[in-house]
Amino acid sequence: MLIYEKSQAGRRSISQAPLTSTKVSDIPEGLLRKKKAALAEVSEMQVVRHYTNLSRRNFSIDTQFYPLGSCTMKYNPRGAHKSAMIPGFLGRHPLAPESQSQGFLSCMYDLQEILKEVTGMKGVSLTPMAGAQGEFAGVAMIRAYHDSREDFERTEILIPSAAHGTNPATAVMCGYKVREIPVDKNGDVDLAALKEAVGPETAGLMMTNPSTCGVFERSIKEIASTVHDAGGLLYYDGANLNAILGKVCPGDMGFDVMHMNLHKTFATPHGGGGPGAGPIGVGDRLLPYMPTPIVGKDSVDGKDVYRWLDEKDIPQTIGRLSTYMGNAGVLLRAYYYARLLGREGMHRVAEYSTLNANYMMKRCENAGFELAYPGRRATHEFIITLSSQAKNLGVNAMDFAKRLLDYGYHAPTTYFPLLVPECWLIEPTETESPDELDGFVEAMIKIQKESEENAEMVKAAPYNQTVRRLDDVKAARELDLKWSPAQES
Amino acid sequence: MPYIPHTDEDVKSMLDTIGVDSIDDLFDEIPKDILAKNFDIPEGISEMEMMRLMSERAAADSNVSCFIGAGAYEHHIPAAVWDVVSRGEFLTAYTPYQAEASQGTLQVIYEYQTNMANLTAMDVSNASLYDGGSGMAEAALMAIRANRKSKSRKVLVPRTVNPLYRDTAHNIVNNQNIELVDVDFDKQGGNTTLESLKQYEGEDFAALIIAQPNFFGVLEEVNELTDWAHANGMLVIAVVNPTSLALLAPPGEWGEAGADIAIGEGQPLGVPLSSGGPYFGFICCKQKIVRQMPGRIIGRTVDMEGKEGFTLTLQAREQHIRRSKATSNICTNQGLVMTASTIYVALLGADGLSLVAENCHENTNQLSKLLTSIDGVETAFDRPVFHEQVIRLPASSASVLEKLAEARIQGGIDLSTYYPELENCVLFCATETKTNDDLVAYQKALASVLAS
Repeated sequence: MLIYEKSQAGRRSISQAPLTSTKVSDIPEGLLRKKKAALAEVSEMQVVRHYTNLSRRNFSIDTQFYPLGSCTMKYNPRGAHKSAMIPGFLGRHPLAPESQSQGFLSCMYDLQEILKEVTGMKGVSLTPMAGAQGEFAGVAMIRAYHDSREDFERTEILIPSAAHGTNPATAVMCGYKVREIPVDKNGDVDLAALKEAVGPETAGLMMTNPSTCGVFERSIKEIASTVHDAGGLLYYDGANLNAILGKVCPGDMGFDVMHMNLHKTFATPHGGGGPGAGPIGVGDRLLPYMPTPIVGKDSVDGKDVYRWLDEKDIPQTIGRLSTYMGNAGVLLRAYYYARLLGREGMHRVAEYSTLNANYMMKRCENAGFELAYPGRRATHEFIITLSSQAKNLGVNAMDFAKRLLDYGYHAPTTYFPLLVPECWLIEPTETESPDELDGFVEAMIKIQKESEENAEMVKAAPYNQTVRRLDDVKAARELDLKWSPAQES
Repeated sequence: MPYIPHTDEDVKSMLDTIGVDSIDDLFDEIPKDILAKNFDIPEGISEMEMMRLMSERAAADSNVSCFIGAGAYEHHIPAAVWDVVSRGEFLTAYTPYQAEASQGTLQVIYEYQTNMANLTAMDVSNASLYDGGSGMAEAALMAIRANRKSKSRKVLVPRTVNPLYRDTAHNIVNNQNIELVDVDFDKQGGNTTLESLKQYEGEDFAALIIAQPNFFGVLEEVNELTDWAHANGMLVIAVVNPTSLALLAPPGEWGEAGADIAIGEGQPLGVPLSSGGPYFGFICCKQKIVRQMPGRIIGRTVDMEGKEGFTLTLQAREQHIRRSKATSNICTNQGLVMTASTIYVALLGADGLSLVAENCHENTNQLSKLLTSIDGVETAFDRPVFHEQVIRLPASSASVLEKLAEARIQGGIDLSTYYPELENCVLFCATETKTNDDLVAYQKALASVLAS
């Protein structure tokens, strides 16, 4: 039931708004609202109950194992959330003077330094508000770099076919054409095709390593030199940074620019689809173009003083990409996480996320599931393909996924990457215990058995969620995007 | 090990299952010479130590009386808002790809879309964008796609629109050779006039952006500006403060036909100032251009038993399906913050929101009276305002604001930073959170700074 359907004219949560009305008399009639907006009229308790009950209709990390590939659903420390909600941080206005912002600025400076060190980059800007905006910043910097050298011929961005959809969409937003590079049967970029594709039109290559195929790109150094020799730059999509955090630095692989998804690798909450944070790191060549604002540190009378760096400090910057300073509160949460992990903990992220993925992959293989890239190591994630189940039993990857919900597990990423048919991309993350991983594999074995015995039952799953399978076609054909009073009464 | 549950026994038995001797063996496909060395970062600390460090740093920025607005406003946030939002089921869920396991998030977004569409009197809303500034960039791109009559890659942007939005939008759209063309403002009224737009008549522009209230708090003549834009083949992009919509005419009702797209910063609806984020941008539009909308959209539908449910819809516009042909590269929305706004709006309702708007407006008027009673202090513009005001001081605004800050009063922003011609001008607001004592304290502090 919608909140509007619980509404009664004249009911209100009295104490939440100012108690007294002050009539406005100095605004011309023609600029005033004539009819009250159709919003719910409900009591405070109704609101709390309504939204608390809605929350219970969600899967979440706090309630379920959530092995969504490429999304890094690791535990989100409560302490990180709590520390970002300290009143002094919550109350700080984004345009407050630097003299009254030293606490916040020092956290941001420290975070910049930590991210720089663990990625092997030369500079970090925290401002992009999500991975996709980090990508935008990165490609815009690549463009600024070529433009500053008056190299206007470079009109193409190369993107492996396994890439996230945001990569090509970003390249287009930055005014580039996209050229896709095929991926071979082992999950590696097709080097011969890459060598054929690079040239004077190449502005850069965007890639994820490990790729979305869940395997490490073994010829990364050759890929890097191929692109660099052609005069292009290398963009690292940090979506899979969790696989290598503490093991390999993107800077050492030859990347010129990268973004980090702090809501993945640095454990900040996904919040049902955001807010994220997508800081970028750059090598020497792109330092002059980093997006503002960035936090700098001066020493005044032997004391550290933090200040904003802006156009005066970075005259060739691609400029600001958010009204203020990106998703500042998300950055505070990531800072908390980074400090708790510290020097040693940072190395364990890749180690244990990889251990969990390889363990799960082995167990799946032993249980008879088909791996997309047998013979390869899993990274922090791996792919199984359910094409034989689809062909022989009529139960496809989506049916399997929906049935898994009934067993209390969130489904892995389905049908991505697009080049593996009927695929599941499974990412357990390092924060899950082996018991949880075992439970998941047991559920898969049960569903396999159910599919063999009663495919029709599996194809109509889920059964014990708050709704059954939804009619997406109706949703798109008969658009119903908001409640309105007329429609219901 | 922080956040890693494995015991030594676990590790041993897992390695046995995999068939390797050590965790390091799992990285044997990575060339040895690029393996990471030790990091030069601090050693890990405990939750207790970190809480203390964060509390001390937060305290350094506390105990100030804030009169800065400029797009982000200090409002009272009911206790229930963040209590409910912080439930793990909202906080730690992902984008609702598996609709059956995400009905909570999906229904909240549907209610959010309803709130924003009804507040702005527009047909539809998306599930939110990053913030106001980047939202304006998306709106400009959308208008260029949607305006079939225009071939232009130019959008008219009055200088009265938040300069931080203009800057952000420019940086985002300029890579696609899209030009945001400045329109100057009337020095007396602080508004955008038909006079200043006349020179563009007959030229091809995709859209005109109109901010209400504008960056100076001044109210624009939105009806005549909207009609002018439509008469000249442009779409209208409204930039609005959601609190103001309790009192002011909503974009859907501007002029004869209403604005085509409405965007804004959602922060005033239950989101803490929090150093500028996370906030959320809202974007609403007319039904006929919904397929040009960027970002996620949720629709109501039924399940296989005919029961009501909610799901992601119109996904054919999005990057994960359309890749290079998507309407935007945006992937996430600002889900959690948008959830907070939905709870805030439910708690306040239209009447509560009116009370907030009225009290902010009244407090700003009161403060304006108090400040302009000081010798040499005057309001900079003569047109009506909503809940924000510009005053001109008889001294450098930068140095006055600095001295006020020493008295722990953040008196507003120095407008000459963004508008060199507005020398000695300060933009301030006093929201409903300020008491009469707070206003008088500001007046006394300013009087004493100016007298010294």
